[in-house]
Parts: sequence; structure tokens; C-alpha cells
Amino acid sequence: MSIAARDVASASLLDVAAVRRDFPVLDQEINGHPLAYLDNAASYQRPTQVIDAIAHYYRHDHANVHRGVHTLSHRATEAYEGARDKVQRFINAQSRREIIFTRGTTESINLIAAALGSQLSAGDEVVITHLEHHSNIVPWQLLCESRGILLKVVPINSQGEIELDRYFDLLGPRTRLVSVAQVSNALGTVLPLQTIIAAARERDILVLVDGAQGIAHQPVDVQTLDCDFYAFSGHKMCGPTGIGVLYARESILQTLPPWQGGGDMIRTVSFSGSTWNDLPYRFEAGTPNIAGAIGLGAAIDYLENIGIQQIAEHERRLLEYGEAALADVPGLRIIGTAMEKVSVISFDIEGIHPHDLGTVLDHQGVAIRAGHHCAMPVMEFFGVAGTARASFAFYNTTGEIDQLRSAIDQAIVMFR
Amino acid sequence: MTMPMAGPSLRDLYRQTVLDHSRSPRNFRRLEHPDCLATGHNALCGDKVSVYLGLAGDRLEDVSYEASGCAICMASASLMSERVTGLSRPEASRAIDSFVARFDPGSMHDDDPADPLSALATVREYPSRIRCATLPWETLRAAISGEHGTVSTE
Repeated sequence: MSIAARDVASASLLDVAAVRRDFPVLDQEINGHPLAYLDNAASYQRPTQVIDAIAHYYRHDHANVHRGVHTLSHRATEAYEGARDKVQRFINAQSRREIIFTRGTTESINLIAAALGSQLSAGDEVVITHLEHHSNIVPWQLLCESRGILLKVVPINSQGEIELDRYFDLLGPRTRLVSVAQVSNALGTVLPLQTIIAAARERDILVLVDGAQGIAHQPVDVQTLDCDFYAFSGHKMCGPTGIGVLYARESILQTLPPWQGGGDMIRTVSFSGSTWNDLPYRFEAGTPNIAGAIGLGAAIDYLENIGIQQIAEHERRLLEYGEAALADVPGLRIIGTAMEKVSVISFDIEGIHPHDLGTVLDHQGVAIRAGHHCAMPVMEFFGVAGTARASFAFYNTTGEIDQLRSAIDQAIVMFR
Repeated sequence: MTMPMAGPSLRDLYRQTVLDHSRSPRNFRRLEHPDCLATGHNALCGDKVSVYLGLAGDRLEDVSYEASGCAICMASASLMSERVTGLSRPEASRAIDSFVARFDPGSMHDDDPADPLSALATVREYPSRIRCATLPWETLRAAISGEHGTVSTE
């Protein structure tokens, strides 16, 4: 999928100063310097609107959902199910029955691995790419062990882009699922989802999209994408931690067995057997993360109010500015130079371990991620133990990128 | 060396001894026929240390290592090899205990300025970096006890 914002010439500019006032956490000093939070690919910060929505729910409306006849339970249920409707609209799913709340992307993928996995047999194949986060590798490896399925990996090139020709070659008669990231968390590469999905659909192969790093950067329309499953996390889009979504095409979902048993997912229970609830509740056993879902709903309202197009355009500018700002740092190599990228810059600097760089930058108030980013195969491909990664959100400024550059210069003085 | 704007604690963390040992690690080599060896990983950042021991009786005659890691980890491995070479196994074990105990919460360890290992004392103030300093020592512990395997500080 292309970054739609690039096609929208008239996208108006974001009022970053106003946006920043919504994020109380950004207004602080770290080690005597203004905080420059450039670790958004790991987790976004939350605006007051989201924090208030959660607090309001606990102060006024909390009770268990789908159970009581009393007023609070009714309010909690309305708020929780209202959040589901917001998610449905946000990703343009056909039906609210296709929206399952989970703990996050990782649990969403594990749900499919468990439910779909139970229908796979030895020799069936799952195709992933070399760019995947561990959470889109390990669930399939567990299936390799338990069910004897085979995992096929689409290779990448030195820019950090997948090799599409090799992908087409890997699709075979035993391929049952293609499971791919929308955006690489380690490098920022945007994967060519339309091509990937079209090739799989032609062969009646199911497609799961790991949207964890894509959802906040570009408009997502699951019907246009034509994927069967789309997984994402609340905390990577200004929502709470511990809440995520699995979108699943209803016709597929109807054929999958439950993956966890408990309350809410059943219609009747007796010792001679139980019957399952309707979608999506069949896949939501136990009391759900009600406040998390409400917070996610508030995050969706917030992002829509700003405008995903405006967000994408601002982040594109930040990426351009950041790449230029780092271009002449001696010994700095940007890792991941794909044609299509989101606002993530992964890099290493000769003679400075990313972990040391992270500590020195923190002393200058700059928060970045240092390490393997839960994508060890990507690190191995580029021959590094880890990288430093600066990832920009719509509330970041070019001034913060200047602060990053200046902190990197300090580190170089120190370690060379 | 000048470090404009760098706070005092940062300069304490990366003391000259630490920078020197991380740039020019001592005893950095693989032993072809070690009597003991062990490998340690820091799963958080990908640091990896392999420790090789050549024994003369109970004595650590030859202590070497290969490491890929941050400055703290490299310096710690280098300083460790200098500290424990020539010690008996029980003496080396005590040296490990004493070093690791420096980083226990609430440790009252007296950092003798004459002790080269005190160069790593400030790591205590950086909880996320303590394992960088202790990884080589935990790996040495595994090598001494003859556990051929891997250790992890996470």
C-alpha cells in the first residue's frame, strides 16, 4: 500500500505546538535537557484526551460488561462496544463482528496461530519475511514444532526491502498463510502489501497483516487491502498498553475454533458439552480490558480529529529532515534505506555501541531505542548486534531532531 | 579529552579507564584448547561474551575472552581478565561474588580508588546497564564451574 498522504498535495500543515500541549509527558526535562522523545516505534505517548477517557470511565462508569442489568454495567457495555464500533469504522471493516479485542498485536497473531494452526497439518506452509518482528516469527515456529508445518522466509536486499520475485516463488500448493508486517519495526520499510496480498488471493492463500507499525502512519482500509486478518496494538497509536485488535474476515472467522475458553465466549455450558457465543465474543474469553478498549476508542477519535493524512505528511517531513540531519555524521550508517519508509531511522556509528549511544543521548534528554528491536534476523542480515533507532511521531519537531544530532556529536567526542 | 555539556555522572560512567579498556581490551583472544569455556548472552542488547580458561592445577593460568558488546561490557571483561589471572578457582569465585555484589541494590561497597575495578562503580547508578558489567563475570563463573553452556544476564 502506498503512503496515501503523498498523493494528497493539499494536506494542510499540522499545528505541532498545539498538538504537543495535548501530551503532558512531553513537557519535562530529562537530565537538565528538554525531553526529545524519539522512541515512538516502541510506544507512543498518550494525549490528555485518552488519559481522561480512561479516568472518566473508572471514576463514573465501571462495572463488568455483558452481564449486569444495572446501570453501570449498561454504561460500561455501551462504552466498550462503542469502542469496537470506532475500530470498525477506523479500519473500515465490513462488520463489528470482525473486530476482536486482544492484549495487543502479539496476542492477535497468537490467536490466529492457535485457531488457524489447529486446522493445519504437517507439510503445510506459512510464508513470512525476513523483516518480521519476533512476534510474527515465533508463533509460527511453535506451530512448526507442534504440528510439523514449514516456515518459509522471503529474503530482503541490502536496502531492507523484501525480494518480491522470491516471494512469488515461495507461494506453492501447500502455502496456507502469508503473514507479513505492514511496516518493519526495525528499519521502517513499508512493505508492498497490495502486491503481496493480490498474489496470495489469486492462489486462495490467507493473508495476515501485522499492522503494529503501520496503523498510526497511514490510513488503513482492510477492505481495500483485502487481507483476511489485520493485527495492531493500542499503544502504538496513542492508546493504552494491554489492548489490541484482531480484525478477521467474518467468513474465515466463522470456520475457526475458539482459542481460549471461559466466560463470555460461550452460549451455554453443561457437563455434557458447551456451545459457543456469536462473533466476536467467541474469541473474547473472560472479562476484557474494558478501560483499554475505551482508551483505544479515545485514541482513534484523537487521531481522526488531527487527520491521518496530516500526520503522514508531517512525519514524511520529519523523516526527510532527520535523514538530512544525520547525513554528514562521520561514521554513521543508516540501516534500512528502502524507497518506501515511515519515519524511522535505524543507524549505527563506527566505534560506538548502540547501548552506549543510548545512554549518552539520554543524558542529553534524547530518548531513542538501542538494541535488536525484537528483530534479530534483521540485525543478523546487516551484520550488527543491534542498532540505534530514532522514530518520529506527529508530535515531534525538527528542533528535537537538531537535539538528536547535537547529542550524537557529543557521543562522538566522548568515544573517539 | 573535552566533553562539553556532558554531565558529571556521564563522565563518571565512562571514566578514562573504562574507555581505555573498551578501546584496547586486554587478553582479548580465543584459546585454542581451553580447559574450560562458557558463553554468555545479554538478551536485551545482544551482547555476547565467551570466556576461555587455561588451568594449571586449580589455578587460572590463562584467562581470555571474546566479546561483542558495549563499552561497559568490553571494559568489564578486560578488567576481569587482569583481575583473576593467577587466582585459584575459589579465589576467582570470591572475586566474582565481590564484583557482582557491588551492584546489589543498597550495596555499601567501598570503592577503593586504587582498585581498577572501581572505574565501573558508577554503573550502579544505571540499572539498565548493570547487566552489561556483570555479564563477563557471570560467564566466568559458568566457565569455572565447568558448565559448558550459555548463561544469560536477563
